[in-house]
Amino acid sequence: MNRRTEKRAERPDKVLTPEDVVGRLRSGMTIGIGGWGARRKPMALVRALLRSEISDLTVISYGGPDVGLLAAAGRIRRLVAPFVTLDSVPLEPHYRAARERGAFELTELDEAMFMWGLHAAANRLPFLPVRAGLGSDVMRVNPGLRTVTSPYEDGEEFVAAPALRMDAALVHLNRADRLGNGQYLGPDPYFDDLFCEAADTAYVSCEQMVESFAPDTVPQTLLVSRHSVTGVVETPNGAHFTSCVPDHDRDEPFQKLYATTPWPEFAERFLSGKSEGDYQAAVQAWHKEQRK
Amino acid sequence: MTTDTTTAVTSRAEYCVIACAEAWRDNGEVLASPMGLIPSFGARLAKHTFSPDLLLTDGEALLVGLDGRPEGWLPYRRHLTMVTGGRRHVMMGASQIDRYGNQNISCIGDWEQPTRQLLGVRGAPANTLNNPVSYWIPKHSTRVFVERVDMICGVGYDHAVGPYHRLPRVVTDLAVLDFETPDHAMRLVSVHPGVTVDEVRAATGFDLVTGEDVPCTREPTAAELRLIREVIDPRGLRNREVRA
Repeated sequence: MNRRTEKRAERPDKVLTPEDVVGRLRSGMTIGIGGWGARRKPMALVRALLRSEISDLTVISYGGPDVGLLAAAGRIRRLVAPFVTLDSVPLEPHYRAARERGAFELTELDEAMFMWGLHAAANRLPFLPVRAGLGSDVMRVNPGLRTVTSPYEDGEEFVAAPALRMDAALVHLNRADRLGNGQYLGPDPYFDDLFCEAADTAYVSCEQMVESFAPDTVPQTLLVSRHSVTGVVETPNGAHFTSCVPDHDRDEPFQKLYATTPWPEFAERFLSGKSEGDYQAAVQAWHKEQRK
Repeated sequence: MTTDTTTAVTSRAEYCVIACAEAWRDNGEVLASPMGLIPSFGARLAKHTFSPDLLLTDGEALLVGLDGRPEGWLPYRRHLTMVTGGRRHVMMGASQIDRYGNQNISCIGDWEQPTRQLLGVRGAPANTLNNPVSYWIPKHSTRVFVERVDMICGVGYDHAVGPYHRLPRVVTDLAVLDFETPDHAMRLVSVHPGVTVDEVRAATGFDLVTGEDVPCTREPTAAELRLIREVIDPRGLRNREVRA
């Protein structure tokens, strides 16, 4: 009894390694991935997933290279997304190739439907009404979508955007403490707080772990709160090659390499290592070659 | 680019900038959301001249003035509210568009297993039901202007629902088009100088509504040309997006 009381007083430390996070995931799970396109993606955690045997995933994402990597490696059973893009390279080549060979099922939603699906999940609602989707082929390719009629005098019909509930969320932030409070320092929070709140378990990777936040911290930067976080991982340069401003910009030359290199070759050179450290070393070696 | 900035003949790309800018005339205090180079030059030209109240973004999460100084915060979550609140006029691209303005940016071929996967529907379904949506087509051809689009992303007039659907105009490298006809079928509004009506018809995969006399897209003023050439696009990138 005594020991338990002491442990509580210390407060639980949620610090994990990328391998620990993946050790808590299972094949067949529904996994949400934060960020947007090629911006602030939890790439170190995605790479850890690629080093595991986990597969058959339902992935929920405003898609970028997170989706491209998982699709190329054959880990996705179903994707839920409004788009997949590398931003500076509009079309994600590995995602395209996977779609064109019919490699997985797709739930294609409008960006706003997707956002309200996250809100619904975070608020424990089965759906939220949205003025989006009707008249478009989103309704044709998602025959399970239902509509609701306003109970007020306007009587307008809306799509009932279904809750995007997930088993686990993976997000990447600039700073976090050991309890799982996460801070973004860039211009856009994207939807990372909602991903964490919409998930049964949520894992935050960060550029840098802090002991605590300074007293003059801008409150609005504290995006993700520990009550919605299961584990926290320090992964410097962990969003690479997506952007994580102000810590690092997108690595455009490397993204170009990713987009133009056949998948087996790229995977062999950069993803066949045993750890995130091996990946970062391989990237550095490549940059060094380029400078010659 | 120091000589001939005001005396050189107006290029096709410059007529396109003018035609895009006109989309935002009299729009008031709304966000101009241009997708693509020439629409973004058009939006800036409109704000410089006849639509000073327009809001612009830096492409990330800031609302900025013409000098680049921030005047507001617009992360994606607020951007989506600007869409549904209607205070935005977007000019999107289209891989395919049909006579009623249905637009496709998702994929070519059968959606189950497309021959060409493109971006995905993105925000087109919400955009078209909530705020005015115009289109910019840098290469007017029968590949883009089709009888039927493979996947309806942006909703056209024959599928429109709700109180806010509106597609003000379509600007291409050849012409300006709109849907101001009794059944909202696409109509040829003007051709850019040097383009014939027959050329536009030949590059369109469906019958265009065409009046007896199709005017030319208006000439830029000397002040507008100077702004385009010296202030907005001094590097001449516009002439790479649209040649001729």
